[in-house]
Order: sequence, then C-alpha cells, then structure tokens
Amino acid sequence: MLLQQLINGLTVGCVYAVIALGYTMVYGILEFINFAHGEIYMLGAYFGIVFLSLFTASGFAASNFPLAFALTVLFTILFCSAYGFAIEKTAYKPLRNAPRLSPLISAIGISIFLQNYVMITQGATDKVFPQRFGDASFHFMGASVTGLQLIIILASGLMMLGLHLFIKKTRTGKAMRATAQDMTMASLVGINVDRIISTTFVIGAGLAAAAGVMVAAYYGLVNYSIGYVAGIKAFTAAVLGGIGNIPGAMLGGIVLGLMESLGSAYISAEYKDVYAFIILIVILLIKPAGLLGANVEEKV
Amino acid sequence: MKRFLHSPVAVALCAALLFLPLKDLKSAALLFVFILAGLYAAPRIRRIKIPPLPFKLPRTEGPLQILAVAVFALLPLAVKDYYMDVLIMFGIYAILALGLNVIVGFTGQLNLGFAAFYAIGAYTYALLNTRLGLGFWPSLPIAACFASLSGLVLGVPALRLKGDYLAIVTLGFGEIVRIVLNNWDAFTKGPNGIAGIAPPSMAGISLGKLQHYYYLVFLMLIAAVFVIRRVESSKTGRAWLAIKENEIAASTMGIDTTAYKLYAFAFGTFWAGIAGTLFAGKMQFVSPESFTFMESVLILSMVILGGIGNVYGAILGAFILVIMPELLRDAQLYRMLVLGICLVALMIFRPQGLIGAKDASAGR
Repeated sequence: MLLQQLINGLTVGCVYAVIALGYTMVYGILEFINFAHGEIYMLGAYFGIVFLSLFTASGFAASNFPLAFALTVLFTILFCSAYGFAIEKTAYKPLRNAPRLSPLISAIGISIFLQNYVMITQGATDKVFPQRFGDASFHFMGASVTGLQLIIILASGLMMLGLHLFIKKTRTGKAMRATAQDMTMASLVGINVDRIISTTFVIGAGLAAAAGVMVAAYYGLVNYSIGYVAGIKAFTAAVLGGIGNIPGAMLGGIVLGLMESLGSAYISAEYKDVYAFIILIVILLIKPAGLLGANVEEKV
Repeated sequence: MKRFLHSPVAVALCAALLFLPLKDLKSAALLFVFILAGLYAAPRIRRIKIPPLPFKLPRTEGPLQILAVAVFALLPLAVKDYYMDVLIMFGIYAILALGLNVIVGFTGQLNLGFAAFYAIGAYTYALLNTRLGLGFWPSLPIAACFASLSGLVLGVPALRLKGDYLAIVTLGFGEIVRIVLNNWDAFTKGPNGIAGIAPPSMAGISLGKLQHYYYLVFLMLIAAVFVIRRVESSKTGRAWLAIKENEIAASTMGIDTTAYKLYAFAFGTFWAGIAGTLFAGKMQFVSPESFTFMESVLILSMVILGGIGNVYGAILGAFILVIMPELLRDAQLYRMLVLGICLVALMIFRPQGLIGAKDASAGR
C-alpha cells in the first residue's frame, strides 16, 4: 500500500517537476511568475489528443502506435513552444521595464484568454484521450507499476537530465545562466538577451507540452480548466525547491507529488488540492528561499 | 527572410496555423483574415490620439456626485426588473472593487484571493441567519468584522512577503477557503450551498423586492465611497500611498509599514464582508461556486480597468464589467476571452487604467 502510493506520487511528482522547470527558468531570468505556464500544459494535453486522433483516424496509429505516439509528442512540443514564443513576444516583452504588477496581470490575462480559447474551440466538456494504454504492469512487493507510469518517470528523468546538461554544458546554457545573474551585464558582454529570453520560454513551453501529453494519456480525460490547478501545483513545486533553482524544481516536484499522494491516501482525498496550497504558504512564510535556494538579501 | 517573418502576413499566417489543430480550416482562415486586417489597421488606429477623458472632470467633485446620485436614485422608476437585478449586482461588485482598491490601489499590495473574503461575508450571514435565526442588520456588522478579521489573520503572516509572492499566497488562501466551503458538508452543506436565507427587512417591511433592495445596496455603496474617500485623505491614506510609492522610503520616514499594510488588509476586506452579506441577502442562497478564483480576477480586473488607486475608477470598472456582458448577451461565450485580451492590452497601452490614479506619480 505504502509502496503503491509512493509510485503513484512519484509519477505525478515527475510531471509537476517538468512543469515547474518552466516556472523556475523564467523566474530565474525575469523574476516574474509566468501565470500562463499552466495553460501551455493544458494546451499540450489538448494538442496531444488532437494529433493522436488524427493519426488514429488515418489508421496510422493502428499500424505503428509507438511511432504515432512519438510524432504526437513531437508535434505537440513544436506547437506549444510556438505558443510560448508568441506569448512572450506579445504579452511580456512590451512590459519588461514596467512596474512589477503589470506583467503579472498581463499573464493572468493570457491565462484567461487561453482557457476560453480552448473552451470555445474544443468545447467545455471533458475530452477523452483516443488511445487507452494497456494495463500491462510490473509487480513487485505487492505494488504494481504500469507501463505508462514507467514511461512518464523515465521520460521526465531524461528531460530533466537533458535540460541540466543543456544549461551546464552548452554555450546557450551558459548565456542563460549569465542572463539570470545579471541581465544588463550579460547584454554588455554581447549576449542577445532577447533571444535568450525567447529560448527560455520556448524550452519551458516544450517541457510543459510534453507533460501535458503524458498526463492526458495517464488520466485519459482532459478539461480546459486543468491548467490552472496544475500550474499552481507546479509553481508550488518550484517555490518548494527554491525558485530560480533548476535542480530545486525537480526535487520540489517530486516531494510535492509524494506528499500529495500520501496525504490523500492517509489523511483525506477530498482535500487533495489543499495540501499543495498549505505547503506553498508554509514554505513561503518559513523559508521563502526553498529547500535548495540560498537566502538572498533584497537589493535596495 | 527576416523581413518576411516580421510582416503582418507572416504573423497572421503563424497565428492561424497555431490555431488550426484546435478547430477547422474555415475558422483558421477566418482568423487569418481578422488578424491581418487588425495588424494593418493597428498602426493607423494608434496614430489617433486618445484623449484622457472626453470631458474635463470638474475640480470640485460635488456637482458630479450629485448628478450621479440623482441618476442612480431615479433609475428604478424607469428600468425593468431585469435591469434592476443587474444594477444590484453592479452595486455589490462596486463595493467589492472599492474594497480591493484599498489594498491594491492605495497600498500597492496585490491580492488574488479577494473572493475568499467576499465568501466569508456571505457565508457568515447565511449561517447566522439559517442556524441562529439572526436577522440581516445584526449580521451585517458581524459578517463585515469577521471578514476583516480573516483579512488580518491572512495579513499577519502574508504581508512579510512582497509582490508576486504575496499574490500567490493570497491566491492560495482564496482556494483554501473555497475548497473548505466545498468539502465541509456538515457545516456549509458543501457544493449544494445554503438556501433559504431571509432577505433583510426594515421597520417591519421586507426589502426582498428588487427596487427596495436596490436602494439598500445603493446606500451602502454611497457609504463605502464616503468612508473610503475620508480614509484615503487621512493620515492613514497618505501612509498607504507612501508605502505604495516606495516602501523603503516610507519606512525611513517613520511609517510603520507592516501596521499600515495590515490596516489596509483589514479595511479592504471589511467591505468584502459587507458586499458578501448584501450578496447573500439578495440571492437568498450561497454556494462555493460563486467564489472561485475567476471571481477574484474579475474584481481585480474592475480595479485595474477603471484605474488602480482611483475610487471612481473602481466603480467605473465594476460598471463596465457588470453591465457590458449583459448588453452583449449573445456574445456571452466570448466574454472571458475578451476580458483576457483586454487585460493584456490595458497593461501594454494604458497601464494606469481608464481614469487613472489621482496622483501623477502613481502612473509610473
């Protein structure tokens, strides 16, 4: 029982962690909460359903399902990255030097817009994921892991590792770290800050999109309002680990997923969504820098 | 290549392409045409200078106030019952927007969970009335004080945080309140809500009739404007403004910033409690559905739309956001979509809102 809860928690936690990366990267560079990030994840879930339905209708998915699923994920990531790019250019870039309230409200506007955009085009009722994944599962010590759970955990792990290597090893990654440290200084040494910010949004949106497809496949049902709750939880994960800190976001996501799973198993499932908020508030009040973050003195 | 990518055709094409999987080819083509037309028109529209207001506000507000009061006082004589209903909702939202304006507009502390205090006010009256049989008038101050107290309870820990973090904590608080109301079946009857709340009565006459209730809400709104204006121009109001402008500078001038931020929280949420009681009395029914995050965003939008920090702006914002959707009933589906776009556009083109704050420095 406990082991089963841990596995379920880990699966959900990995998804939170992948979404949280988008929040934390953007916060690291712009110091701004990208409120619309959860909606990108929701868009990802919808695009996943749309593309896979197309493949299913054309008979392609029946003949070679793994390839069809891989292509679905790829297209979804491409589309959502484009959305991330477009949102940054239209709604955030003009406000880069505005008071801090402005981009946040602009992001809330985008979030409302995207929710209703999807609701109007795709309908307000739940959408069903076209393919049911088999219940083939692996058993050990009384717990079972389904194939899909394994895929989610592995894929999330790979994405996190990939991002980590990208940021640590590549030129662009180095430029991103420099921009996060000091945007003005970075631009003075010849880094194209605008391009780095765009890259950050594109990567974050791509990760959220992948998470969206995985969750759509995992739960089988998708609704236009899922982005808001998932976004808040992923944000909690980012804050829990220390916002702006990439390994922190990964750790925070997994810890949150585990706590939620254990909380709903042993305390009360009805209050499942409350745990995340309570953890968030407590963390912000006790250790706002998060688990892995350093306390930074405020600049005057 | 680069020039092509920045051309309106390319932008419209990309937008249509991104939209395509969500709907069909016909809608995407339509979207393409719309965006293209919009992009070609935009530079021409922007060249038209928008005056701050079509008329100059008189320096003394007296005549304008008397005019507004007269118009609103005479409206029930001319308006159908349906619009009476809408106007009552406008009054309630205006009180809410005024309360939130104290926190966001005067003091500069973002609050994304204002609907929670509205809910606390409404549920306090609902529970006092249905369980203890307490009437509207004794419940009103209790509900308002209770909402105010909850504001303090949230404010004491939360106000140590700044900006975005404060926004998220208040959002979390709002959600916690809603989820608890939704799940605590024994006390709040959960998602079914509480029905059978008595409308207020006065001198033995029930105020359940729409026209009567309208005057009640309207008088409350006037009281709110009067009290909030007085506080705004008091020492407390000036301290709030100083905190909004620059917290560090304010504290070096000897302002106890934490205490004044708490006053703002307690004072703003007090009005949310009043509005909640009025709402429960009007609907004679409350359920958690009325107090979602979207409600908080709607109230915040009213404050921002009218002009952050301006009492009349908050009322104007409430008026626009309550009346407009009623006038555009056929476009109901697109209401929130348009609101989202408006928020973004407002931040980019007119961050000070329609009227703007009274102080020039606040428009930064």
